[in-house]
Amino acid sequence: MLTKRIIPCLDVKDGKTVKGVNFENLRDAGDPVELGALYASQGADELVFLDISATLEKRKTMVELVRKVASRINIPFTVGGGISTVEDVSALLDAGADKISINSSAVKNPSLIDALALQFGSQCVVVAIDTRQHEGKHKVHTHGGTRPTDIDTMAWAKEIESRGAGEILLTSMDHDGTKAGFANELTAAISSKAGIPVIASGGAGTMEHFIDVFSTGKADAALAASIFHFREIGIPELKSFLQKASIEVRI
Amino acid sequence: MSTRAKIGIIDYDLSNLFSVMQACKYVGMNAEIVSDPDQFTKYDGLIFPGVGAFGAAMQNLERTGANQALLERVNAGIPLMGICLGMQLLFSSSEEFGDHKGLGIIPGKIVKFSTEKLRVPQIQWNKINEAEPGQWKTSPLENCKAGEFMYFVHSFYALPDRAEDILSTTEYHQTYCSSVQVGHVFACQFHPEKSGPKGLQIYENWFRRLKG
Repeated sequence: MLTKRIIPCLDVKDGKTVKGVNFENLRDAGDPVELGALYASQGADELVFLDISATLEKRKTMVELVRKVASRINIPFTVGGGISTVEDVSALLDAGADKISINSSAVKNPSLIDALALQFGSQCVVVAIDTRQHEGKHKVHTHGGTRPTDIDTMAWAKEIESRGAGEILLTSMDHDGTKAGFANELTAAISSKAGIPVIASGGAGTMEHFIDVFSTGKADAALAASIFHFREIGIPELKSFLQKASIEVRI
Repeated sequence: MSTRAKIGIIDYDLSNLFSVMQACKYVGMNAEIVSDPDQFTKYDGLIFPGVGAFGAAMQNLERTGANQALLERVNAGIPLMGICLGMQLLFSSSEEFGDHKGLGIIPGKIVKFSTEKLRVPQIQWNKINEAEPGQWKTSPLENCKAGEFMYFVHSFYALPDRAEDILSTTEYHQTYCSSVQVGHVFACQFHPEKSGPKGLQIYENWFRRLKG
């Protein structure tokens, strides 16, 4: 049996949940601890916490915030943002994270994926891919989407799996924050080649979009932020909607 | 047993104990983390968690003598709850990255999911079902309903030799054993501490049964 997961995402900057459009124009969406607890109680299947302003001096306070969120939830908890060493991961796992998500640091140093998978197990290592189209080609972006690379998204997805990643968190920057639907074609292309779960992210606007990303997009999980933060769609209603559409979800 | 029953959460450097500790606190257990095998006798019940590789885990247990101390406590009839890798380690052997000997408390072996037809690791919420009707009534799954969702993260699964040891089954392309109960030993492949209120209920049941 395959059950699709619904994952709310907390993009956190300076201790606050924020959300932007196409990775820019951030607006305040509330206290991450309260939001995390609320989503867990509403039946979220997992929680993702991304520190989008991750800088060295702010890491300590971030670990404390992770601890606060973790102590309020009892569902799987993934933390990402600014992670570049085995020590960073240890500190976050000790603070209650179950998995960590890496992005820029994996692009810069792909062997970090191998090292983390060896040390903590593949199940712990999520590799996030921020991707955007350039002249019709999907290219990997780093540093919160600000830096394009020449790396082909499909090829990178294959490489991270072979290096031991446990899951792929695929964010289409072309879709992120637009509420016009997920990148179904790209998600399906990656998912059908992958042997590990693919979490689709970017573009959720309606409940129908989730049906599309699970059926057409072949995603294993769907991640969304603003539609949950601004109470446009509730997790319970979304799950019962999916169940009625014969998509297996945990209720 | 008194309400002050003390629970030890075994730490052998291969698990994330935060959520296990939190679940214990939530259901009112007087629990603490224990890494010194000489201290195992202090507890009225032991929780054996674990995430990671079977071989490395057995090495860590053998290095400190925790394997022997754990076996002694199980033989003395102390209730034990194994979780995820902590369930797998109770079996005779595992084929994870070469053959490894386990604690041998439950006869059977640990084998890998076929990567041909499945995404491995299995990372998802999946359903648990009774292996035999009525069987859960006398187990920590007592008030779970058939088809309850629990959170799973694993690449390997248990093949018990004795069908009667199987407490629940789960479907992942095939039907496999997702929890066992043998005497005072209860162990599950899923993570009850990550499975929302229904998972916490399992901690509570285990603790209540232990207190008798």
